[in-house]
Formats: sequence, structure tokens, C-alpha cells
Amino acid sequence: MTATTLPAPDAAADGHGHGGGHYTTLGLDNRKIAIWTFIGSECMLFASLISTYLIYKGRSIKGPFPHEPWTEPVTGKVFPAILDIPVTSASTFVLLMSSFAMVLALAAVQNKQLPKHTLGDKILGSSKLWLWVTCLMGVMFLGFQAFEFTAFIREGLTIRTNLFGSSFFTLTGFHGAHVAVGVCWLFSLLAIDYKRGLQPSDATNVDIAALYWHFVDVIWIVIFTLVYLIK
Amino acid sequence: MATIAAAPPYTTAASEYSNTGLWSWLTTVDHKRIGALYLVTSLIFFVIGGLEAFLIRAQLAVPNGQVLSADMYNQLFTMHGTTMVFLAIMPLSAAFFNYLIPLQIGARDVAFPRLNAFSYWIYLLGGIFITVPIFFAVAPDGGWFGYAPLSTRQYSPQINMDFWVLGLQILGISSLAASFNFITTIINMRAPGMHLMRMPIFTWMSFVVQFLVALAFPVITVALVFLQFDRFFGTNFYAIGAGADPLLWQHLFWVFGHPEVYILILPAFGLVSEVLPTFSRKPLFGYPVMVYSGILIGFLGFGVWAHHMFSVGMGPIADAVFALTTMLIAIPTGVKIFNWLATMWDGQLRFTVAMKFAVALVGMFTIGGISGVMHSSPPADLQQTDTYFIVAHFHYVLFGGSMFGLFAGLYYYFPKFSGRFMSEKLGEWHFWLSLIGMNLTFFPMHFAGLLGMPRRTYQYDAGQGIELFNLLSTIGTLVLMLGTLFGLINLWKSWKSGERASSNPWGAPTIEWAIPSPPPEHNFDELPNITSRYPLWDLKGTVIAKPTTVEEEAGFVQKTAKQLHIPMPNPSILPLVTAAGVLFMFSGMLFTDSNIKLAIGIMITGAVWWIGALYTWLMTPLEDAH
Repeated sequence: MTATTLPAPDAAADGHGHGGGHYTTLGLDNRKIAIWTFIGSECMLFASLISTYLIYKGRSIKGPFPHEPWTEPVTGKVFPAILDIPVTSASTFVLLMSSFAMVLALAAVQNKQLPKHTLGDKILGSSKLWLWVTCLMGVMFLGFQAFEFTAFIREGLTIRTNLFGSSFFTLTGFHGAHVAVGVCWLFSLLAIDYKRGLQPSDATNVDIAALYWHFVDVIWIVIFTLVYLIK
Repeated sequence: MATIAAAPPYTTAASEYSNTGLWSWLTTVDHKRIGALYLVTSLIFFVIGGLEAFLIRAQLAVPNGQVLSADMYNQLFTMHGTTMVFLAIMPLSAAFFNYLIPLQIGARDVAFPRLNAFSYWIYLLGGIFITVPIFFAVAPDGGWFGYAPLSTRQYSPQINMDFWVLGLQILGISSLAASFNFITTIINMRAPGMHLMRMPIFTWMSFVVQFLVALAFPVITVALVFLQFDRFFGTNFYAIGAGADPLLWQHLFWVFGHPEVYILILPAFGLVSEVLPTFSRKPLFGYPVMVYSGILIGFLGFGVWAHHMFSVGMGPIADAVFALTTMLIAIPTGVKIFNWLATMWDGQLRFTVAMKFAVALVGMFTIGGISGVMHSSPPADLQQTDTYFIVAHFHYVLFGGSMFGLFAGLYYYFPKFSGRFMSEKLGEWHFWLSLIGMNLTFFPMHFAGLLGMPRRTYQYDAGQGIELFNLLSTIGTLVLMLGTLFGLINLWKSWKSGERASSNPWGAPTIEWAIPSPPPEHNFDELPNITSRYPLWDLKGTVIAKPTTVEEEAGFVQKTAKQLHIPMPNPSILPLVTAAGVLFMFSGMLFTDSNIKLAIGIMITGAVWWIGALYTWLMTPLEDAH
């Protein structure tokens, strides 16, 4: 015998009880807690990037600048204000709408087993459709960003030009990288959906991807407001 | 007492997977074996960091020392700090997180066993990456806090700081992955009845530490990304000529760096809070206050960073605010000291080596804490900053605090890890030589510092009244090394042939002592039902449990997980393969300046490698269908 016997466990609470899955303290899936922890950590990452952008706002000793034109002292060449708010508003709208599609995709996976009578049921219940919509909107956002970056470089702003260039490209580039990771993640889910069909038992996997996607979306709202809208 | 030749305390039927051989270690996902890997690896790095310290002290033993070149000296003090903080103390704490957290909360493993293995492999590979350059005299040389712009390409043009920037990025991945894992484990893997306020205090302090890691490491990640971009891509984050703020790095670094201080000390506090009650035969005094003060230290730890920067001229308001928060954070720390004293008060004290290290922590940390709170006053700090006084202060808290606490934990938990006691006789040598050596090394530094000896100085002239203090410090280092040698010999001999230990050899109160030593792979045959804070003391009917003996437990046969139908995660090589790919990708960055095509080639190969391994990993179920 071991020296000490602890009180008998509650049979249903044992690690391999009748309920199938593993026992957890909160009854939540471990993956959900982990993704929230990860998101908390990511908040500090973006907080640091955004703070640096704000600290360096207006400190660049040469242009181009985000919101006002700049005349190069030597050549007299005029650089217009570099941010294109209408275009970025469009890309922001696309990203926001992708979160809407993501919610529908998750709901479709969760409700896979429900009978679908009408065309509307079939459309709303198609996880493939909504995952495709989310992915394509993510790709569209990245396309907007690629367009924006190349336009800026053509206009004379690179990551090396000035403090604004360094902090702007790093901040938005990090966000773009997060969107790209999210798009890969969603495409992977889509591949599984085509291979064997996502089932309600996969809902947690879709759910954590969705949480990540919404987080990346929320961060963009902050960036769009602080970098683009506030002068 | 049983002799060395006595039968093991229990036998176990053959396990499903081989537990010996290199392959079993490379593929293990068992938190206990990963803990052992962390323990051994961090002690090797601790020895390397100690030898670096010895070379520094050899150079400073006499005025105008000639042992090292100035360049080598810079590399050594940089690597000594970096090694001790990131490769020795943090992972030694991680060894205890891994081994103890699942046992203390009544879980069969951590939440994500393969992610846990991944954290270890990243740490090992990152540690090698950042350590190897010292053997080729191209090690990082910008100080362990790598102040930019000093560490930018303009002022550190060589490859040295590239290793540091990339190495710390790699190590950050390990700590962050581990923090997500442990937070999830502690929140969601507690056994029935293990309410938060019944959790063992080590798990509580570890819980706080994981939040500090999760929230502080992203900040240094960003600081390092900026530095990396500045060095490799010519951005302007730390380029003063382009209008950059020369304090940006310092702020970002210390927003990470001060929580890091608590990341280093709180695990040791937790271990000592386990050791003192057992050897005082009394419950921990003021358990809730200990928990709350730990949480408060965690919160306040994020609000004191600029006290590292009083000398840069932040102005009276910033100086006053950070002075106040720094004085405030001394309060919860002092509360802990008093609670430990009250725990020992009127107890039946047993001075084992573990207890001696724990008591020594209380004393030594108090000295370091008092010299620390002296720096909270900006005018005093202006005299002390960048002198050996600071060096004395943080070695008292890091060696006398963190390391003594971790040693106490090692002597206390070694019987649980291995089923064998560590030798008390060798342990006495280890303890007394460490205590004497530590004080002999670091106490004279207070005087040298107040007499004006700057830290990181390569040579000093005779006739300034600091020769004796420096010579004493160097002699102390030798004593300290001898003590550590005794500790390592003790560890090796005890592992091989130590006296057999029972499941609860100290008569300890928490549930990790209710299972055999060493524990079976599934930890608990049945998940325990926790009814109090100190189950093993409360269960016995009497308040305090007696230690168990090997004889009582002879003949007990431990069933395997398979016999008990407990699903266990399968071993996997994929965490190691993924970690190696990550390292390969980062190492490509080193060639950015010399050969951009090679650099891109390596980085793309590394990325494809680890992403491929990661997908394979995610597509492989953790355990067989059941």
C-alpha cells in the first residue's frame, strides 16, 4: 500500500469517466483557455507596437508624413500626405465583414446535424461557404495591404525612410502577418471540411480559430483608429 | 533506516513504452521526464555561467588584472548575466513547474504535453545557440540588458549581438509557450475539490509567474524585433540621428525586465513556502495573505520598471511615481518574510539541508531586499546606480534568494523525483560553503560599490581602497564554486545510489506526497478528491502526519496506466523536429549581411521545415482512440 489513501474520487469526475472526454475543472475545453491566454499575451505585443508608433508620431525629422504633405528641402519635391483613408476604410470594412462570416461559419459547424429544409437553411448551414467567404475576405484585406505598401514605397516611403516608416510598416506588417496566419488556419479548416466534413465535435477547433480571427479584427479597429483616423 | 541496498519502495509492471534509451528522452511528453530534462540542462548552464563569473572575478582579483582582454571581459559579463537569468534560473524554476504543478493540483499531465516538450527543446536549442559563440570569442558583448543604441549595428557592428538578439527571441518562444500551457493547466486541470484557495502555495506562485511571463515577454519580443530590424534591415527605431528616442529600448526592456525579476524570485518563494511548514510541523502562517501578496507583487511588478532608469533624467514627477511604487512593492515582499518567520515560530524545527537553504533564503533575501529598497529613493540611487553596490544587491536576491530557494526545493523534492534521498552529509558541505562563499563574494561588493567602483569595469587602479574588497570577492567565488561542486556531486551520487525514500519521507502535507516516489507515469491511479489545504495532515485524524518509511511500503506493486485503463499521451518526436526547424529558420538571419541569398534560403527551408512538422503534429492525435 502507499502510505496515504486520499478520499475516494467522484466516479464521474475521474479522468476517464463515462462522459468520454477528459475531466476539466471548469468543464471548458483546455484549448479555449489556452487561446484566451494567448490572446492576452498578444494584447501586450500589439500594445508595445502601437505605443511605439504613437511615441514616434511627429518625431520623424524628414518625410513623407502620414497626414500632411512634406517638401524635400534640397530638391523642393513635394510629397503628399501618404495615408489613403478611403482605400483603407474599404479594407477595414472587408475585414469587419469577415468576422461576420466567421460567426456564421462557426454556427454552421455547431448546427451541422440540424435538418435543413429551406434554401436559407442550406445557405446558412454551409460551413464551407462561410469559411470560404471568411478566407477570401482575409485574402482581400491582405491584397489591400499589399497594394497600400507598394503604393507607399512608390511614393518614397520605405521601412528605412524615417521613424514613421519604420514604426508604420512594422506595426501594420505584424498585423498583416497575423491575418496571414489566420487565413492559413482557416484554409486548413476548410481542407478538413472538404476531406471529411467538419462535425459539431470539431466546433472547438473552429471556435478557437474564430476567437483568433476576431481578435485580429479587433486589433485592426484599434490600429485603424489610432494610425489612420486620428491626425 | 533502510540501507542503500534495500529493495525499492515499490515495483511497477512493465510500461507500455520504453523508459530508457536516448529515443525515449527525445520523444517524451511526460511532464516529469521533461522536468528532469529541464533540471539537468539548467544545471549545466548554471555551471557554464558560474565559470564565466569565475573568469570575471579572476580578472578583477588584483588591480590592473591581465587575465582577460577587454573584449573577452565584455563577452563574459554579458554571457554570465544572460546565462544565469535565461538559461539557469528560469529553466531551473521551469523544472519545478513541470514536475510539481500537475502533481500538486492532482492532474495526470499538463494541458498540452507535446507543447510542453516543444518548450523544452526550444529552450535547449536556443540555449546552445546563444552559448556556443563564447567558445569562439564572438559571444554577445553588450551587457545582459543590451541597451540600444549601443547594441545597434552602428556601435556593435560584429556578429556578437546578432546571437543575443536572435537567441533571446528563440528563448522567448519557449517561455511563452510554457506560460500558456501552465496557465491552462492550473485553471482547468485541478482535481475535484482543489479550489483556488486550496492550491499549494508553490502552484500559486507559479500561477502568478506564468501570467508575468505571458504579459512581459511580448514586450521584450517587440523590443528585440525592433533591434533585429534595425540591425538587419536598417530601420530607425534606435537610430538617434533619425530622431529616435534613446530611451525607447530602456523603457521596453524594463517593462519586461522588472516583471522578469519576479519571474525569477516567486518560484523560489513558492518552494520555500512548501519547505518551511513541513520542517516546522506547522501549517504556513497566513496562507491567504501569502497568496494575495504574491498576486500583488505580480501586479505592482509591472509598475516599477523605470526605477532602473532614475539616472537618465526622467524628471521629478516620473522619478517620484516610480520611487513610490518601488517602495510599495517592498510591502508584500516584507509580508512574506514575516509570514515565514511566523511559520517557524514555535514550530518543531528540523534542520535538514532543505530547511537550511530555506531559512538562508529568508535571511539573505532580506539583506538583498533592504539594499534593494534603498535604490527606490532616486537621490540614493544616483549614487548607487551602475556601481558594484547594485551588483551586490541583485546577487543577494538572485543567489541568496532564487538559487537558495531552488536548492531548498531540490533537496526537498529530490526524494519525490527519484525515490532516493540526497545525501545530508554532502548537502551540509554544499550549504555551508555556498552560504559562506556567497557572503564572502557579494558582501564586500557593497563597500566597493559605495566607494565608487563602477560595475562592468575591466580593470581598476590600485590605491582607491577597493583592492581588499575585490580580492575577498574573488576568494569567495572559489568557495562558492567548491560548494556548488559538492552540490553537483551530491546530486550525481544520490541519483545513482542515494538512500531509498518512501512516498512521504518528510511527513509533508500536500497531495504530491500521497503517491509513490518516484510517481508512476499517470501520477494518480484515481484523481483525488481534495477536501482541504493540507490533505495529508488533515486526513490522519491528527493534525500532523508522520513521515512514512520504506519498510511500510515494501511489497506494494504500482499498476501501470494501461492496467488501470488510463489513456496516456503517446511519445512524439515532432516537438523536437518543430523546435529544430524554428532554430534553423532563426539561424538563417545571421547571414543577412554576409550572404543574403544563403540567409533567405535557410530561413525559407527552416520555415517549411517547422510548419510542415507543426501540421504533422496537429494532425497526429495526442493519444490512441479510446
